[in-house]
Amino acid sequence: MTATGIGAPVRRKEDQRFVTGQGRYVDDFNRPGQAHAYFLRSPHAHAAIRSIDTGPAMIMPGVIAIFTGDDLAADKIGGLICGWMIHSKDGSPMKAGPHPALAQGKVRYVGDHVAVVIAETLAQAKDAAEAIVVDYDVLPAVVDTAQATKASVQVHDVSSDNTVFNWHLGNKDETEAAFARAKHVTKIDLVNNRLVPNPIEPRAAVGEYDFGTDNYTLYTTSQNPHVARLVLSAFIGVAPEHKLRVIAPDVGGGFGSKIFIYAEETVCVWAAKKVKRPVKWTSDRSEAFLSDAHGRDHVTHAEMATDENGKIIALRVHTTANLGAYLSTFSSSVPTYLYAPLLSGQYDIPAIYCEVDGVYTNTAPVDAYRGAGRPEATFVVERLVEKTARELGQNPAEFRRKNYITQFPHTTPVIMTYDTGDYAASLDKALEIADYKNFQQRKQESARRGKLRGIGFSSYIEACGIAPSQAVGSLGAGVGLWESAEVRVNPTGSVEVLTGSHSHGQGHETTFAQLVSDRLGISIDQVSIVHGDTDKVQFGMGTYGSRSGAVGMSAIAKAIDKVIAKGKKVAAHVLEASEGDIEFKDGRFGVAGTDRSMAFGEIALQAYIAHKFSGQDLEPGLKEGAFYDPTNFTFPAGVHICEVEIDPDTGVTKIERWTAVDDFGVIINPMIVEGQVHGGIAQGVGQALLEGAFYDESGQLITASFNDYCMPRAIDLPSFQVGMTVTPCPSNPLGIKGCGEAGAIAAPPAVINAITDALGHEDIAMPATPQAVWRAAQKARMPMAAE
Amino acid sequence: MTTVSLTVNGQSVTADVDPRTLLVQFLRDNLRLTGTHVGCDTSQCGACVVHLNGQAVKSCTTLAVQANASVVTTIEGITAGGELHPMQAAFREHHGLQCGYCTPGMIMSAIDIVNRKGNALDEETIRAELEGNLCRCTGYHNIVKAVAAGARAMAQEPLTQAAE
Repeated sequence: MTATGIGAPVRRKEDQRFVTGQGRYVDDFNRPGQAHAYFLRSPHAHAAIRSIDTGPAMIMPGVIAIFTGDDLAADKIGGLICGWMIHSKDGSPMKAGPHPALAQGKVRYVGDHVAVVIAETLAQAKDAAEAIVVDYDVLPAVVDTAQATKASVQVHDVSSDNTVFNWHLGNKDETEAAFARAKHVTKIDLVNNRLVPNPIEPRAAVGEYDFGTDNYTLYTTSQNPHVARLVLSAFIGVAPEHKLRVIAPDVGGGFGSKIFIYAEETVCVWAAKKVKRPVKWTSDRSEAFLSDAHGRDHVTHAEMATDENGKIIALRVHTTANLGAYLSTFSSSVPTYLYAPLLSGQYDIPAIYCEVDGVYTNTAPVDAYRGAGRPEATFVVERLVEKTARELGQNPAEFRRKNYITQFPHTTPVIMTYDTGDYAASLDKALEIADYKNFQQRKQESARRGKLRGIGFSSYIEACGIAPSQAVGSLGAGVGLWESAEVRVNPTGSVEVLTGSHSHGQGHETTFAQLVSDRLGISIDQVSIVHGDTDKVQFGMGTYGSRSGAVGMSAIAKAIDKVIAKGKKVAAHVLEASEGDIEFKDGRFGVAGTDRSMAFGEIALQAYIAHKFSGQDLEPGLKEGAFYDPTNFTFPAGVHICEVEIDPDTGVTKIERWTAVDDFGVIINPMIVEGQVHGGIAQGVGQALLEGAFYDESGQLITASFNDYCMPRAIDLPSFQVGMTVTPCPSNPLGIKGCGEAGAIAAPPAVINAITDALGHEDIAMPATPQAVWRAAQKARMPMAAE
Repeated sequence: MTTVSLTVNGQSVTADVDPRTLLVQFLRDNLRLTGTHVGCDTSQCGACVVHLNGQAVKSCTTLAVQANASVVTTIEGITAGGELHPMQAAFREHHGLQCGYCTPGMIMSAIDIVNRKGNALDEETIRAELEGNLCRCTGYHNIVKAVAAGARAMAQEPLTQAAE
């Protein structure tokens, strides 16, 4: 390993600009002559729009234009799309209601887009929006996930009972048979609480139109600018694909919420041409709470069957998944193919059957949020495994170990084939780091101080690098899930890598450069990573689902291999040897068995000056591209152990220890990987202890600011003990599995298992706030009173 | 319109502003100092923290006119002679940032913590003192390490006060 190669904790190249305030985020871009957009949003969860009178607002100072859904329709601008088709059990396609960028006739959630005001200043646009008169016929709203199909309210005409789909996966008959012969059945009812992603940078967009060239430009806070361009052109019809440039510069966190193609970005591009001015919109936090796609929101009943030896023999799950008022870009895939295929966890379970009912409600659309389906699956499996172990009187760690999959490849009843792993190794390491053997002593010490101490395990698995494209296509995906890369070698030997991945905190400028440095033997400073601009980078699929290492870097590796192969041809001419005798090693092309060699940069120059070979024999230049489509998902897995101490008098839960042992396969930069683990755990702990998006019965979001929605702060979290085990992934050339979501997937059940262990009963829901824990602790103290 | 005159990062600036202009808007829109960020509208997240007369303030909750005749230091103003401030260097060294959006506010708050609490900061103090700054990426683990290291490094850097 070199100081900057694969495996080195290289300090990040991008940090110089971020720590000096020189990052360039979308809101930092100001285009000459730009006007400002402000969206008038629905104050009602469900209402018919009788009329919109923009007259009084149009004469307000600074107002340039006001547009409504009628204006978009008149220009034949299409609605927003959901790109993953799910079919119900009966074979019928999911019921996708229309999703106009600006409301047409009806609003379906608080924050829905009614009109856009474009004015000289943002303040003027806001002032004018208040003067728009909208005559609403307010309708009853449905907000409750579990009650959505029973409500008298109908969110979309296409679905009479608010059902989007009734989907299923697994082997139903085998599952029923296994339950029939089970020695023991453990049942659980779970709510996976709705979350707001809340990257600290709110969404923003600047749309621009050039009348001279007929070119459109959109600066946007996107995790996948290429897909945004495709959807905006091919489906929404804002501009032809080749005339639309989408730029996603520095992006301040995404966590899934910036994957999607939203109304505001669409309207800004379209309106720029209408008003002949660049149009800028920046979300404020209140708007972000209302209209960024939310995450999770499942209601689940699950049962686990075990035999007389304490072996898990079956799992059956029924989940109702709230998809909100409209189907967001990838929403339908999250509670289906990103959820049920993970229900086998790390365990050898011969029979699994899962039914998922997707439902509409009058709430913000729900889509992928860090983990996307996999945290929900892990919460079901790990809560149920823990509860089963307790009911059987078995040690939760050893119960898990007994049921672990140990032979690979392993095909589950829910369509996954796990390629590799060593779950017991992670468990052993985690038990050691967590000092599990002395836990009872610590518990007794806590008890002496009147505190309740508990320990909780989460033995999670996830599926990353969603692929191969053929497979996801057969499951309903509207896109392929490969990645592209182009490696451009300059005549001086420096390298630009153009990638379809997008970095919004993951540190690609560093890790991707480490790969290039390692492979080509050049300094990391000689490598630039280019992403986030559709005018520079060939089509790519973006960054989500922990795919950029396993898929994005594999594409780069493939392009590097081609560069080396071409370099060998150049070297053969220059060194006057046969191509088969050329070796590339430590950054030099050499003739095998001789001391004749040239550095990578020297061969790059020779490739461009082309003095030593004819153009008929070999094309000049040194630039190669690659598309990489994986052969399988990757399966990161690990064990997290959470140890809490609860003060039964206040209900405050303090996390005393956090142990994370993860198997991410080969690691490029351990510093960055550990940082990803830390951040994921924090979001998972947030879900378990603090965060929850709540609507009241009328559909008002009552947790719509950082005052009301409790984000994890430094004081809420401990330092984390992070360890690694490594089984290289066999399904990509780098052996990478992916690390971005693991913490968020592993953490919630670890926390709740620790709390329930401390309390001695299972009756606690997320978020386990001090009030909820206090109530639960009183119940634990007074079992008779709670009966 | 109202005239404001103040010193920002050592430079005297005077401008006519709408009286409702927030200090963060003045810094970002008038002076194009875009290192100071806006992450919320309730004074919770701390992405907008700058120093006003040597003390950390949330510039999203401060009117530009309130900063009249004051000295303001932003993230762009703490780098001396091309050298990173020790706190900036510590954030980089300890991977105390990922997307970078909360980072300017974090660093400005961290320097303020050191100014108030000294150079030997324990974890509990750092976590409590970071109450006004949200980060969604790092889980704070490495931010805490960075602040502790930056605080120690500031003890060896007599020049840091000069930047204020």
